[in-house]
Amino acid sequence: MMHRFANPTRFMRVANAILPWTAGLTLLFLGAGLYQALFASPADYQQGETVRIMYVHVPSAYMAMMIYASIAVASAASLIWKHPLADMIARASAPIGAVFTFLCLLSGSLWGQPMWGTWWVWDARLTSVLILFFLYLGYIALLNAFDDPARGAKPAAILALVGAVNLPVIKFSVDWWNTLHQPASLVKMDGPAVDPAMLLPLLYMAVAFTLFYISVGILRLRAEIAGARIRNLRLGMTHD
Amino acid sequence: MTNEATTPKSKTSRAATRKTRRLYIVLIGMTMLGLAAGLVLFAFQDSLVFFYTPSDVVGKDIKPGQRVRLGGLVAEGSVEKDGTTVRFVVTDMMAELPVSYTGILPDLFREGQGVVAEGSLLPNGSLEATSVLAKHDENYMPKEVAEKLKESGRWQEEETQ
Repeated sequence: MMHRFANPTRFMRVANAILPWTAGLTLLFLGAGLYQALFASPADYQQGETVRIMYVHVPSAYMAMMIYASIAVASAASLIWKHPLADMIARASAPIGAVFTFLCLLSGSLWGQPMWGTWWVWDARLTSVLILFFLYLGYIALLNAFDDPARGAKPAAILALVGAVNLPVIKFSVDWWNTLHQPASLVKMDGPAVDPAMLLPLLYMAVAFTLFYISVGILRLRAEIAGARIRNLRLGMTHD
Repeated sequence: MTNEATTPKSKTSRAATRKTRRLYIVLIGMTMLGLAAGLVLFAFQDSLVFFYTPSDVVGKDIKPGQRVRLGGLVAEGSVEKDGTTVRFVVTDMMAELPVSYTGILPDLFREGQGVVAEGSLLPNGSLEATSVLAKHDENYMPKEVAEKLKESGRWQEEETQ
């Protein structure tokens, strides 16, 4: 039994060592980012002060997709190499990703009302992000639908991989089809279409959100590993 | 099971084979899934677009009375206000379509701006809109920068999409 946890234990030793740093840096970047976003950065030439919603909306959208991609990679590693840590990383990440997806949809809706004139439309970008949110919820539900959490890992991993098809659809929806949502501003061929003064707070917020994910992810992994150990101890007790 | 198979060495190589097989299953599965999704999305392309451009509306021969969403730029100098009714022309630089709308317009509505108007086509070829949404482009900059760009003549008009 010990070799099974040899890897997570070594991993957690490193993870616990970096946790205070990532947590501290999260606060630092979030503080600097929010100050830049709300006070120091200029208003947009077209959208005015409303543009400040971008500093929450865009990093949330990035996190929603980045965390889903991490879950998909971890799920592939779990299916192919049966790595116990991969399952735990995927399981620990899912609720964080779901919350960021919700934050992205909510801030987008609040931004859409004053700018576009509507809270919601069924265009390809908005719909594909809503599907991503439902994929997160379905993934979490499937993980928890089994009495033995280890048994839910495989079907959930397959669901996560199937859902990964949605990621390129989200990214390119604004290029492939006519949408109300505007095309990409940051990740595009000819560089970002965002003024440097607005790019800086965006970058700070994205770094802060990523560090937040790493910190909360480590905390959740710690709980996952402790939970697995307790289950194994209980199993050992009933068998003896 | 042969005796060979139980020796530690062949056990590890069998495990390695299983891993390689699982790797191929996942890779092939993902490729097939991606292809299938791609084909489905391509087949439904027409219903996945949020709006038609004026040239689409002309080209698709849409019947009067049918509801459509029309997207494009508000043509320069075309906006006429008559009480709460607004008349303007939506263009995609290739075709254009007159639109009339009664109601409150979004803040971003102005000449040269991207809009999406939803409504039904009238027999005279114009659109009677029940809602008008504004699109904004992917460029973000402070007012001063936008003015400087306009002064130096490096300002690029936004495109229809």
